[in-house]
Amino acid sequence: MSLPAFIAALDLLAADAPARIGAAVDLEAWTEVRNALVGRQSGRLTDIMAGLGALAKEDRREAGQRANSVKVAIEEALAHRHAELAAAAPKSGSSFDLSMPARGRWKGAVHPVSLVIDEVIEIFRELGFTIALGPEAEHAWYNFGALNFPDDHPAMDLHDTLYLGDGQVLRTHTSPVQVRTLQQYPPPVRVLAPGNVYRRDFFDPSHAPMFAQIEGLVVDEGVSFADLKATLSHFARRFFGSTTQTRFRPSYFPFTEPSAEMDVQCGVCSGSGCSVCKQSGWIEILGAGMVHPAVLEAAGLDSERFTGWAFGMGPARTAISRHGIPDIRILYDADVRFLDQFTR
Amino acid sequence: MNLSHEWLARFVPHGRDAAAVRHLITAHVATVEGFERLRADLSSFVVARVVESEKIPDTKLSWNKVDDGSGTVLEVVCGAPNVTVGATYPFARAGTMMPAGFTIEKKKIRGFTSNGMLCSARELGLGEEHDGILALETSAAPGTALLDVLPLGDVRLTVDVLPNRPDLLSHLGVAREISALTGTALQRPAELTALASVGVVPVRGEDRVQVAGLSVRIDDVGDCPQYGAAIVTGLTVGPSPDWLRACVEAVGGRSINNIVDATNYLLHGFGQPMHAFDATKIGGGTIVVRRGRAGETLVTLDGTERRLDATMLVIADATAPIALAGVIGGRASEVTSATTTVVLEVALFAPGVVRATRRRAGLSTDASYRFERGIDPAAVAEQLALGAALLAHLGGGRVDALLHAGAAPSARATVRVRPARVALVLGETIGGDEILRLLESLGFACAPGADGAFDVTPPSWRHDVTREVDLIEEVARLRGFDRLPDVLKGVRPGTVPDHPLFATYRRVRDALVAEGLHEVRPLPFTSGHPAGAAAAELVRVMNPLADDEPFLRRSVLDTLARRAEFNLNRMQGDVRLFEVGTTFVARGTALPLEAQHVGLLVMGARRPVHFSEAQPPAFDAWDAKALASTLATAAFPGAEITLVPAATPVLWQVRAGEIVVGEVRQLTLDAPVWAKPAFGVELVLGEVSSTPIAAPGHHAHGTVTSRSRADAPVRYRALPVTPAAEFDLALLVPDAVAASQVEEVLRSVSGPQLERCELFDEFRGAGVPVGTRSLAWRLTFRHPERTLREKEIEGRRTLLLKTLEAQLGVRPRTA
Ligand SMILES: [Zn+2]
Repeated sequence: MSLPAFIAALDLLAADAPARIGAAVDLEAWTEVRNALVGRQSGRLTDIMAGLGALAKEDRREAGQRANSVKVAIEEALAHRHAELAAAAPKSGSSFDLSMPARGRWKGAVHPVSLVIDEVIEIFRELGFTIALGPEAEHAWYNFGALNFPDDHPAMDLHDTLYLGDGQVLRTHTSPVQVRTLQQYPPPVRVLAPGNVYRRDFFDPSHAPMFAQIEGLVVDEGVSFADLKATLSHFARRFFGSTTQTRFRPSYFPFTEPSAEMDVQCGVCSGSGCSVCKQSGWIEILGAGMVHPAVLEAAGLDSERFTGWAFGMGPARTAISRHGIPDIRILYDADVRFLDQFTR
Repeated sequence: MNLSHEWLARFVPHGRDAAAVRHLITAHVATVEGFERLRADLSSFVVARVVESEKIPDTKLSWNKVDDGSGTVLEVVCGAPNVTVGATYPFARAGTMMPAGFTIEKKKIRGFTSNGMLCSARELGLGEEHDGILALETSAAPGTALLDVLPLGDVRLTVDVLPNRPDLLSHLGVAREISALTGTALQRPAELTALASVGVVPVRGEDRVQVAGLSVRIDDVGDCPQYGAAIVTGLTVGPSPDWLRACVEAVGGRSINNIVDATNYLLHGFGQPMHAFDATKIGGGTIVVRRGRAGETLVTLDGTERRLDATMLVIADATAPIALAGVIGGRASEVTSATTTVVLEVALFAPGVVRATRRRAGLSTDASYRFERGIDPAAVAEQLALGAALLAHLGGGRVDALLHAGAAPSARATVRVRPARVALVLGETIGGDEILRLLESLGFACAPGADGAFDVTPPSWRHDVTREVDLIEEVARLRGFDRLPDVLKGVRPGTVPDHPLFATYRRVRDALVAEGLHEVRPLPFTSGHPAGAAAAELVRVMNPLADDEPFLRRSVLDTLARRAEFNLNRMQGDVRLFEVGTTFVARGTALPLEAQHVGLLVMGARRPVHFSEAQPPAFDAWDAKALASTLATAAFPGAEITLVPAATPVLWQVRAGEIVVGEVRQLTLDAPVWAKPAFGVELVLGEVSSTPIAAPGHHAHGTVTSRSRADAPVRYRALPVTPAAEFDLALLVPDAVAASQVEEVLRSVSGPQLERCELFDEFRGAGVPVGTRSLAWRLTFRHPERTLREKEIEGRRTLLLKTLEAQLGVRPRTA
């Protein structure tokens, strides 16, 4: 080691030491700082001094003097700080109050609607479903035509649509992902498609112009309505509890035939009727049905060879009833006092 | 669609109560959403049990103790002779409004307090029986609502009829289903069995037909395949009989007069819309079914003057329109109390033109709702005769003539159903005879075909049945979805890989939740002005919900900034939000470029209050930089993440490898003075392709490639066995030189034996020349195989200082 390097190291230590000593907030920290600076085992001054022997003989005297003056300055500063801390420290030895709170850390939270989506995905992943995604700005053909919506028909009135022009819409459901997936991948197909969908519904306590939906799709040879019923009932028992009763009602979606809606027995009144279930004893959970042959044909599949089933559900509805949220708009506001209720 | 339980039972005497009908229809046909007892005036009456009773001397009265389920036994004075201890009776508590219009009050009778009234049938409006109070045959507990134990009066069932089943938009339609489900034969309602036959033969024609006093002409039978008209004379317009009034009110309507009520009765009863014109108001005795003309107007029954045009279908007389076809009549030709001759219109208008007309008019009616969805084309003639007969019957007049223009509906194509296909689609074998029985019960005509299949002709009212799968649905629902097995079967795994953006979402969400941030799911609409976005790149919604937010966002931070302001308005200054969401950039006439972004926003305290510090520090740019680095590492695992200083308002550009994936910025919010600065990070996670996969009717299966993991696995490096050597460099760095430049020199000069290079101090002030700052690095070196010699270390140090001075003008700091 050269003399300039030795001196530079000392200079740096001298420059750095006062701030470090000043930063010691209690006696414990002071001890750590002292050990780091001038400790015999691993102090920086000790490390530098170890290099003294490697210096040329004629340089050692100057180096030693410089080192000593740095050492004196550091020790003075340490003593001064020790006095300050000792004065401030509590006198009694048993004053360390272990009941005081831990140092805080903000907790994050997953949005309640995402929590529902997570749970749904988890259950269907056990059954071999994978995740497909599609665009929110869609061609009208994927959103309507391919899904067997008749042109200019009252069925279209069920989907109050936000239009982008040029035959483009904000998708009104996640079902376009069915057609995209079937065009891209050959059967067997077992997918879930979570995503946001849009309707021209004004914000009110139970409606929103955009909301999450989860689509499910199974297409293979020999897939039947009984499979739909068994799988969705299994889902309901996993999601709502092993004794959950389900009921399937006839319904209508242009892209499924037969179409059904699945209810689960109202958990509040156990089916006897209450205000939560509008006296029906049942809570609507999802719409489902056998994929309409016209949809398979739109995706270029042989509808005689392949059959399939599909479902769609709105996780916001489930989140609202699960958490007792009175107004759907709260889910969109991003009020931190609401979000904080879901920390984990 | 409102249905009267009693009216239904007159079509199909099924013998079930309304609750059973509700379940039957919901399980097999369409969901019954509403169930309303029409004797709501009895809703506050309860079942009560008499527990003690004694005569009040010298009166007909008795003094009773009554259990009404309230927990307190009430004293009640009663004048009826049949009070029996232990029996239950309808009870009106003090405060109950009686059907007759007076309120029961607590009062003293002969010195005895009476807290309510035990009621007779007459007092409840249930008949004339008033010899005594009404003994209930029920085991229901005291306090049970009377209407729950005594189904009194009619029940209104509200059925959610979906667009594929317009045949259910009448009592007849739902009665057909109940008949099929219960095996009870359909019949004509009793109120119609007494009608006299109209006694005239309809005059028929193709697109025009004429009798004395009235001619009908259809301009385009495509718009109006059938038009029937009846002339009924000698009528007296007046109030409706009780049965008709009850029908109209049971479905939620208001009784107007016998003529109008009759048309409403037939609409709700049979699904055929009808309209009655005052015959004297039809100019020239001429009815023309034609398109409207620009410049024409019509004042409709609701008093609104409507402009007409050629997209609309109208009924006109010799000179002017008198009704919007299939939607609403005109005021000028309305039936009034002075009307004696009526022209009753019973027509079939094409769904498309009625839809266009009512949309243009901005008015949907019971009639347009049914025409738009499709009525039974084979029923028009019969409904014309029935309507005419009913009007004549109710108004005391007679049917002068029936006119019917148009062609008979064409025969329905047959649909083949194969029992093997039924079994395949439903997952259970259903015998051919059962399929046959189910379909025939609903009016499907089935002829045996080859291989056990049936060639099925749907009834004229079922427009929705055109394919085999439609018949399979009929079989499934009539038989009952609940009868299908509920057994999970083994499946083949799918071919579709997870979308990569899904895994990315989960990773970034986990990382940010761990950092204490809240996930949000806000609306993506914006006013469009922030960040100086080029107008051509903004995606505009043609029919936005709010005129001030017509655009789709280009940036998630834009949305998060508005959400932060929302919180500031609610005095919440500690805000830590993130969203993984979609952004849109216009691409001319193509679909927008759609990308998944993650955005985060932090503002306010960096951690919760703790006694160890007076106040937690606020988030600053360095926190944002750290969050950006954490986020980018989670989003792009395996990629080298660098944050490059950038021009304001951007602080840093975030790079993954060589690709710019996002930025860190300080945000400008509409914030109160007490708010702390807000910082934001936004990264592009990936594009969501909206390119069509294949042409309609085709697929692109050949192009599938399996995905392999993108990032290279971590390679093991041998653990160090040699000691490290470290030294510090305190440097005077001119203000024009960035720390990153110094660090780049340190790394490049030091070579591969540099293990760590850590900036540990920044200092300005005493001893540091103006225009410079002191920065100090600690460098750690290690040779993989041997201990580094002092000389080697010293040589590096010298070389570093020399290079720094030469390249950047950076010199060592001395004490
Ligand atoms: Zn309930």
